[in-house]
Amino acid sequence: MASICFYFQVHQPFRIRKYGVFDVGNSDYFNDDSETDLNNCRILKKVASKCYLPANAVLKNVLETNPDFKASFSFSGVFLEQCAIYAPEVLESFSDLIKTGRVEVMSETYYHSLAALYSQKEFEKQVKLHSEAVKEIFNVSPTVFRNTELIYSNDIAREVQRMGFKAILAEGADHILEWRSPNFLYRPAEIDNLVLLLKNYRLSDDVAFRFGERSWKEYPLTAEKFAQWVSAYNGAGEIINLFMDYETFGEHQWEDTGIFEFMRHFPSEFLKHPDNNFVTPSEAVERYEVVGEIEAPNYVSWADVERDISAWRSNEIQHDALRCVYELERDVVELDDHEITHTWRKLQTSDHFYYMCTKWFQDGDVHKYFNPYDSPYEAFIAFSNVVNDLKLRIDKRKKEKKSLKRKGEGSLFREK
Amino acid sequence: MFGWEFPPHNSGGLGVACKGVVDSLCSQGTAVTFVLPKKVVTEFSKNKVVFADNSQDLLNTKGVDVMLMPYITSESYEEELGKVGKKTKKKKRKKGEKRSLNYAGTLLGEVYRYGELAGDVAETEEHDIIHAHDWLSFEAGIAAKEVSGKPLVAHVHATEFDRSGERVNQDIYNIERRGMYMADRVVAVSNFTKNILINRYGVPEGKITVVHNGINENDYMSVLEDSPASVVSGLKSHGYKIVLFVGRITFQKGPDYFVKMAKKIREYEPNTFFVVCGSGDMEKQMIHEVAAARMSDRFIFAGFLRGESLNTVYKAADIYIMPSVSEPFGLTPLEAMIQDTPVLISHQTGVSEVVSHALKANFWDVDDMASKVISVLRNPSLQQCLKNNGRTEVSRMNWNLAGEKLLSLYKNLLARQL
Repeated sequence: MASICFYFQVHQPFRIRKYGVFDVGNSDYFNDDSETDLNNCRILKKVASKCYLPANAVLKNVLETNPDFKASFSFSGVFLEQCAIYAPEVLESFSDLIKTGRVEVMSETYYHSLAALYSQKEFEKQVKLHSEAVKEIFNVSPTVFRNTELIYSNDIAREVQRMGFKAILAEGADHILEWRSPNFLYRPAEIDNLVLLLKNYRLSDDVAFRFGERSWKEYPLTAEKFAQWVSAYNGAGEIINLFMDYETFGEHQWEDTGIFEFMRHFPSEFLKHPDNNFVTPSEAVERYEVVGEIEAPNYVSWADVERDISAWRSNEIQHDALRCVYELERDVVELDDHEITHTWRKLQTSDHFYYMCTKWFQDGDVHKYFNPYDSPYEAFIAFSNVVNDLKLRIDKRKKEKKSLKRKGEGSLFREK
Repeated sequence: MFGWEFPPHNSGGLGVACKGVVDSLCSQGTAVTFVLPKKVVTEFSKNKVVFADNSQDLLNTKGVDVMLMPYITSESYEEELGKVGKKTKKKKRKKGEKRSLNYAGTLLGEVYRYGELAGDVAETEEHDIIHAHDWLSFEAGIAAKEVSGKPLVAHVHATEFDRSGERVNQDIYNIERRGMYMADRVVAVSNFTKNILINRYGVPEGKITVVHNGINENDYMSVLEDSPASVVSGLKSHGYKIVLFVGRITFQKGPDYFVKMAKKIREYEPNTFFVVCGSGDMEKQMIHEVAAARMSDRFIFAGFLRGESLNTVYKAADIYIMPSVSEPFGLTPLEAMIQDTPVLISHQTGVSEVVSHALKANFWDVDDMASKVISVLRNPSLQQCLKNNGRTEVSRMNWNLAGEKLLSLYKNLLARQL
């Protein structure tokens, strides 16, 4: 028996517009209206027409023609929020898929943040906010958790178990698997009642990264060929976890690579073999036994060849930016102003720190490709100015609150 | 190879670039005869410039007795001529008559005279390729080609448009254009310059090869502990921030934008000093602008610095700015990066094509430049990150790549001749 578990990540950050020192005070962080890739509305509409809408149409068709096809999604809250503003039709088309009952929605932090690394309280709060949003929009309650960029460690697993989830997703990185195969269910070290699903990165990346690469020796990857590769795991594994960004379809791999046709035909090719089937993460947990324990004392993620957190936190500006934003936690919570809290949390989205990565900046690699700023330094400058602006706003509101309180006390005194 | 300046007696980037080219060619086994105006050669041999040991034998220098200096203008030529007191009119040479030993009397005349004399060098010196650096030596290159018939490479380090904006000197433009037209191959120091050559000089794109300059870290290692330059380090130890400008104070380098930017920065970061190293025809204007903006107490005009003193100032600075209006390459940001100093460069520079770990802005966008500088002054993390990554990046930029490109270009030219 070989089961495929598809999980697609859907996310768009609120990118910060070019925000100079002299902009501090105008407090407009996210509404770029230029023709650049910092214009959030423009990007969302572009990706909706290139990816979300056509890919959803393909999946709808696949679900209709293959009663055994299943898949799962995780939507960041900031993505859902931008859809509601700029492209509500995208939410509807996702809703259609979910209503089939064969598409599972997973849990994550609403703000697609790195809160798990910095604040337990904040992490929990954002997971709760996300569940509420998913319930409201799609009327489902997630039971399986995936953290931002599949960032995972023993500590994160413990926290997620405490919050009551039954499973968690992670990267099937060689350094945590060692000699073991990603194609079985595992348990996080010393934690009961939480199942670990690990990404098969070779097969996942064949689709997500190599699909359209003409220099790849397997090019072109047909649905038939890929179905054969996956079926070959029969007997040597129970569950093949194919985890990838949903933007693979039409955005990272353009339509002319044939990616939509591939996705339209792959499920029926795969199901030709009677032992093959599709599962959602929660079904996998019901169906298969845990075969071992995975130890992950350090963070693993699905990013870059290192598969660690260096994409978001390795140089001085990333450390500094993260420190600055999480230092505000106490003040923000104390102030308890909805607008300020929401803004502060939007600044926690992992993409802001990814844009500041300088690991291979001069080689023109993926970091450069996915960076809407001219350089990591420009990303930092915009971010630090925005954080300073937010600080000023917090201080101002604090003073206002204090003086209000004092006035209140004063009148009380007079009444006496 | 024809040039007109060479370290240590250079006043700008051209001499440094010529040395880089010569060093890398010699180290790859090419023999170079470098022809220079005599004054430069004398001083240069007197000072015993040290080349890599294995290549010293391969370099041969020739002096030609002309009065040419780097970045010379008609006015400064006449001034210099006055000092020598040999002002004579150029006479047309009759056939068989020995070339005049007298100076030509005008800068252009002198350039043509350098060309004629240089042509004679081509008669006596064995060579396969003629390589001429910038307009002052283009006539020499053409003359040599007429004598020997060998392929000519015109190497463009700067154009009249970079130096003068739209107010170009037509005579100089003509010499540049003729040099590139007569050349078998044109080398540009950047894509930025390549585009100027295509759009302003009508050079066919296929005739141009871009060879970016490099930098030898080891040339910039010594720092002075005790010198006038250490005044600047002293300011730093008193907690002041230092924003640095290095370059000729001319239209091309954008000194006026530097002053405007400084004014903005000062409003936000009052504890900042602005240090200007260099001199030039806009120096007085710059001083006036500083005074008018009431910033005289915050500006230090350090004059022209070189070597250890300049290294010391680079090291003391919090950030180095190159707001050039039009810069074919621009070596100074790399010099600053070697001294662990972050740099902000304008997009209108060749060097911005090869440097990633730098801040960049348009020279006219004073707000953007000021905002970026303030960010560096306020955020030690940003400063540190630019420092570390910049240092690593610049250490990989040696001259070998340029030498290899030139060699393969020579080989193609020679193959075509056969």
